Amino acid sequence: MILGCAMTTKSFGEPILRKEDPRLVSGQGRYLDDLGHDALAAAFLRSPHASARILDIDVADALDVPGLIGIYTYEDLEGRVAEPLPLLIPHPALLNGRTGYPLANEYVRHVGEAIVMVIAEDRYVAEDVVDLIKVSYEILKPVVGIENAKAAHNAVHSSVPNNVSAHSVKEVGDARAMIKSAPHKLSLDLFIERSACSPLEGKGVYAIWEEDSQELRLWSSTQTSTGVRAAVAAKLDLPLQKVECIAPDVGGGFGVKIMHPWPEEVLIPWAARKLNRPVKWSEDRREHFISSAHERAQEHHIEVGFDEEGRILGLDVTFFHDNGAYTPYGIIIPLITSTQLLGPYKPASYRVEFTSLFTNTVLVIPYRGAGRPQGVFAMERTVDAIAKYLKLDRTVVRERNFIQPHEMPYDLGLIFQDGRPLEYDSGDFPASMAMLKKMVGWDDFETMRGEYAAQGRKIGIGVACYVEGTGVGPYEGGFVQVETSGRINVATGLTSQGQGHQTVFAQIVADELGVPIDDVFVTTGDTRRFPYAVGTFASRAAVMSGNAIALAARQVRDKALRLAGEALECDPQDLEIVDGIIRVKGDHAKSIALKTVAVLSNPLRYAFDESAKAATQFAVGDTSKPPVPEDQEPGLEGKDYYSPMASTFANGMHAVIIEILPETAEVKILRYVVVHDCGRVINPMIVEGQIHGGVAQGVAGALFERMAYDESGQLQNASFMDFLMPYATEIPTVEAGHLETPSPLNPLGIKGAGEAGVIPGSAVFASAIEDAEGFEIRRMPISPSELWELRRTMKENA
Amino acid sequence: MNPEELFLVELTVNGTPLSARVPSRRILSDFLRHDLRLTGTHVGCEHGVCGACTILLEGKPVRGCLIFAVSVTGSAVTTVEGLVNNDGSLGIVQRAFHESHGLQCGFCTPGFITTIHAFLKENPHPTEEEAREAIAGNLCRCTGYQNIIKSVMRAAELIDSGVRDDH
Repeated sequence: MILGCAMTTKSFGEPILRKEDPRLVSGQGRYLDDLGHDALAAAFLRSPHASARILDIDVADALDVPGLIGIYTYEDLEGRVAEPLPLLIPHPALLNGRTGYPLANEYVRHVGEAIVMVIAEDRYVAEDVVDLIKVSYEILKPVVGIENAKAAHNAVHSSVPNNVSAHSVKEVGDARAMIKSAPHKLSLDLFIERSACSPLEGKGVYAIWEEDSQELRLWSSTQTSTGVRAAVAAKLDLPLQKVECIAPDVGGGFGVKIMHPWPEEVLIPWAARKLNRPVKWSEDRREHFISSAHERAQEHHIEVGFDEEGRILGLDVTFFHDNGAYTPYGIIIPLITSTQLLGPYKPASYRVEFTSLFTNTVLVIPYRGAGRPQGVFAMERTVDAIAKYLKLDRTVVRERNFIQPHEMPYDLGLIFQDGRPLEYDSGDFPASMAMLKKMVGWDDFETMRGEYAAQGRKIGIGVACYVEGTGVGPYEGGFVQVETSGRINVATGLTSQGQGHQTVFAQIVADELGVPIDDVFVTTGDTRRFPYAVGTFASRAAVMSGNAIALAARQVRDKALRLAGEALECDPQDLEIVDGIIRVKGDHAKSIALKTVAVLSNPLRYAFDESAKAATQFAVGDTSKPPVPEDQEPGLEGKDYYSPMASTFANGMHAVIIEILPETAEVKILRYVVVHDCGRVINPMIVEGQIHGGVAQGVAGALFERMAYDESGQLQNASFMDFLMPYATEIPTVEAGHLETPSPLNPLGIKGAGEAGVIPGSAVFASAIEDAEGFEIRRMPISPSELWELRRTMKENA
Repeated sequence: MNPEELFLVELTVNGTPLSARVPSRRILSDFLRHDLRLTGTHVGCEHGVCGACTILLEGKPVRGCLIFAVSVTGSAVTTVEGLVNNDGSLGIVQRAFHESHGLQCGFCTPGFITTIHAFLKENPHPTEEEAREAIAGNLCRCTGYQNIIKSVMRAAELIDSGVRDDH
């Protein structure tokens, strides 16, 4: 240690314990259903049919239930509330976008679609009333699954007889010609099933209408409070200034809560205004399964041509995406699959064609990973197939196709989901692979296999790589303010669902301003505190708000140093801020507290406390100048925005060693190894936590979870009893290694980390199972009974 | 239709006698959350699978969402709020979660904390495998459980080192 040196405790890069925890572990969190105990409660009658026409709604038996306040159907909706919900992300390839209504207008297109809203004194009563309402239907033939949607014997929307919502073809080079002339060719059919985000807290909305001031305040368990605010203001025909939206503590999101406005986000505020009473709705678990959103179902056909070395000359991917009954979130998922499928590889030519299809099932919007798990599964299965065909090591074929570090930035010639060129900014794929192989013991695996085989045990190893576009624009903002007490208030508009934003953003501010982290208080997702924002999705919060907050903090720092320079009569460049004290470098006696500068920054007329007394007009100021100089504003605060030219690209590689039990075909995970590059890490503890959680969802999607629709469109496993979300006994201990190649695109050099862990899940398990069993794995997830059956069929055919 | 008949439910919650008049079908988790306004107990599935609503009934972990409040009148209940030390500092399991990054969104956390609190009373020196088994009745969607297991082990360590816990 160098004594006498100016020591500022750096918190960026340190595993700082979370500031939000003491509240959350002691039962002091405030989630949506913890608010509004006295509010009226809403419950919904939802369609029991996948496709039907509503003939009649009979409420006669329901009307005399004590505590009933109101029953509403589509006929009761007014103005823009009665219009279709918005199509949030239009795209030229989305030829037939369709959205639903807040309450079904004549037709229902999936089990779970809301038909009637009941408002009552409490939820128990509201559900009683729902049970007493009789709806008669003309039941129509539903479209379930990609094959039925393609066949188009029935249509989900009569105005779209072929069930095709979107179609897109993109080409870089002439892949078909390259495949034709390639020395070797393979074709593969690959399928992935549906799963769902399944946050432990469902959705929820609580609204208060202030009749006197004609203002609406609403809380939603959302990933975008600014988005909900704007959508609700538009639907209710209110000025934006009259609507505020707050995301309270949110019990997990994983994508499903970025969709907005959900029907309930429109209906609950509408009802609160209509009734002039606070109204609340908390989604129950079955509602979450059948009326929120799912993701993942895609069917891919691959044609690939390659040389003797395994280098890919042409890759031609045709895939079908099941978008469910409506497309309110556009076609982001197939767009991401089609661009991110390439991962760390550079095929000499690429063609991708996708068709997005309507089915009479719950709508499909991004679930952590958002189209990448499917794309990575398709690409990694292809690379494994090439290796097998050429009898090469799977990692060698990967290495031969990698984009090299010296080729960064690397333009893939495609347009990414943000409408900008797909150009990787950074990454060292050979180094990542070398690290992964070393960590997992790739080169020694055959010895391990032999040892297990000697005991009659069957093991396999899998590998999968991905690249993830993170930190997509358009922008986020940050606000930093120093109070005269020394408290630092920070606000950003995007929301939090467990990512530890109150901690990581405080770390950034603590370092930029030179203040103790305990003095920094971060607010997210509250439009009263920061009204401009996009939302928390696409692994973007740290990149976007992190950089915006850093820029805002730098403004505050500049202003503080300038004011301190005036007070101390020295050059601001000679000053530093350490632990909230501004002092002259090398002459620590000459100093002023940051909080005192906050006092000086705001000349006052009235002294309301001791610190304010120091700022009154007789206490401060050069009488030859105005109290607030021209071009300056009172207060020690700053606001700034970060808007990137392009997304930044994180990457990673996973390896898994599994054992498959001979009798039951159960897959046991022996080791799970992750190498991960998200640029500069703000808090390694939190990043590792994100990886652990992502891997758990990857394991879940590969081995356990699926949406079991029957042919009539009933979701047969719409409960936690039947949907196999893993417990601790199913999830491995993750061994993680970090590689940091800082992003050149943003001031902090960070790339996103939120989704990474989940992305290669299906790919890495398919690779390992295939390695253990020796036969091809082409569909995921795979259950023990499916694997057992596959094994039996292979044996019979052999 | 007649209004629902109300019944007096009296509980000792976290050491304090509390009561309210509620319908017979009022579920214990709703009673704690909405009638007594102790919202630390969370409800994640309402069918007894996720474990977020786990509370201690006479010291034993039970699912608050599967019990009618009226059926346990006269009992002692401990919720996550009640595991804070008397001076307001975090109890051992709560502190272990904080130190081990055992939570992310925090929604499932109260159910884990009550479950682990009861488990460590029975087995204060668990192996990692026993810790994993002990939490295998609770769902978490954020953490992948790794740091929750670490929290159990950390709590056991804190107990051993004689750190204060009032409960």
